[in-house]
Amino acid sequence: MDDMHQHGFRGWLAAPVPASAAQARAQQIWLGCKRFAANRSALAGLVFLLLLVIVAWLAPLIAPYNPFQQSLSARLTPPSAAHWFGTDELGRDILSRIIYGTRITLYIAVLTAGIVAPVGLIVGTIAGYFGGWIDLVLMRIVDVFLAFPSLILALAFVTALGPGIENAVIALSLAAWPPIARLARAETLTIRKSDYVAAMRMQGASHLRIIWSDVIPMCLPSVVVRVTLNMAIVILTAAGLGFLGLGAQPPSPEWGAMLSTGREFMMNAWWVAAMPGIAILLTSLAVNLAGDGLRDVLDPRHD
Amino acid sequence: MTQSLLEVTDLNVSFGEEDERHHVVKDVGFHIGRGECYGLIGESGCGKTTVLRAIAGLNSDYDGSILLDAQKQPKARRGAGFLRRVQMVFQDPYASLHPRKMVDKVLREPLQIHGFDRQRQRIDEVLVQVGLDPSFRYRYPHELSGGQRQRVVVARALIMEPEILLLDEPTSALDVSVQAEILNLLTRVQRERGLTYLLVSHDMAVIAHVCQRIGMMQHGRIIEEMTSEAVRNGQAQKQYTREFLDASAAFAAALEGDAT
Repeated sequence: MDDMHQHGFRGWLAAPVPASAAQARAQQIWLGCKRFAANRSALAGLVFLLLLVIVAWLAPLIAPYNPFQQSLSARLTPPSAAHWFGTDELGRDILSRIIYGTRITLYIAVLTAGIVAPVGLIVGTIAGYFGGWIDLVLMRIVDVFLAFPSLILALAFVTALGPGIENAVIALSLAAWPPIARLARAETLTIRKSDYVAAMRMQGASHLRIIWSDVIPMCLPSVVVRVTLNMAIVILTAAGLGFLGLGAQPPSPEWGAMLSTGREFMMNAWWVAAMPGIAILLTSLAVNLAGDGLRDVLDPRHD
Repeated sequence: MTQSLLEVTDLNVSFGEEDERHHVVKDVGFHIGRGECYGLIGESGCGKTTVLRAIAGLNSDYDGSILLDAQKQPKARRGAGFLRRVQMVFQDPYASLHPRKMVDKVLREPLQIHGFDRQRQRIDEVLVQVGLDPSFRYRYPHELSGGQRQRVVVARALIMEPEILLLDEPTSALDVSVQAEILNLLTRVQRERGLTYLLVSHDMAVIAHVCQRIGMMQHGRIIEEMTSEAVRNGQAQKQYTREFLDASAAFAAALEGDAT
């Protein structure tokens, strides 16, 4: 592995003495990737997620039918060579709808994570670092949000804002940021007493610089891991909102909404509910596995 | 020593809330002349590190005055002027280096904060001075040994070109074999730069190696001040000091006995 005679990119990555900051960082990332790849189940989860991204991206090319194309003569046909996953109550091809539904699911998951991580990180680190009344005020706000079960909270917000994907994302984010803030605060409480923060203060660093360059990099791994693991819950809650008719609206091929309509035909056409259900199950499983692997690589306590 | 560079008078530090307030440092006062090395020694828990942190401005909850060049320092955040003249070396190099910062960034940040020029050159120079090859600049702390880490910590303190170094048991977290290296580094740097040291330790051998004057602390007070000559000749006045010195000597002898 540490072959001194390696050349090219691999040699550059394996060089015992990095010659630039970029090379040193690349080497660290490379080591992390190798450790992640050593974890088979995490790798499987990641591969499945990458597959989902590709499917979402290439949906119009992959999907065998138009997801909105109704064919009342082909209502509720069981899985067959023509319709791998069967058709629903309006004769729409379920496979095509699931393929298009990937876009909605990923959109919701990524957007929620993109809102929740920065908000939770900023609120948590500020509360933990400054302490005192700032901490008190911010944490009481967090408590108010945590007092409600997240699905109930999301339901309340969606009902107030009106159904729809964007509103579902806002509602899910409002329900998901407080645990992230709690986590970031707890990490910050131990970090702010550390000697390396004391050393930064001795060098005259401003609070902002200490939070940005010392506290956040230490909180980031556990927050990233937590957000990834949360994504499974977000996907399930989004499906739940869709199921209750408060998320994506018909005829949008959202998995939860599909599951909800499939419920009526459970007895004689199991595939209408089962196919989106399996898609939800596999996706949240993959996210969980990948998140676990990510924690093993990133979380300093697992080093 | 006509005028002292650093002077501490009537320093009192307490921790805890009203009912259970622990008076950790009691009426501590001493002065250090330019280029001098002063040692504070005492058993663990006697308040010596607390004194150091109060001087450094890391603990602003104290009574008494800390004077740099006869100027009283504010209790709240120390100004940039103070920090450029007084730097600190921490006890545990495993805790005082940020685990995710490259050596380069550790040394570059203070330069950026205080707007130094020739940053790259200064980093190379200070690395060489603490006995590390400049190729170490792109290493992370977990790739370094304890001794190398402590050299980086010393480099971080030196790069601001301070006049005073506050040394908080700079060798106690290190292997015995590495301790001597770091001590020699510290004495060499002091000679080369004409630094003033305030060294805190529980190890008489370390203190006597580096310091000219020594303050013996017990239960938060300096009970006796002596020269390192006096220590070596066993001329302590107080009973506690004599016991402490005897215990240290016996321990050192036992160690040597083990070695042979």
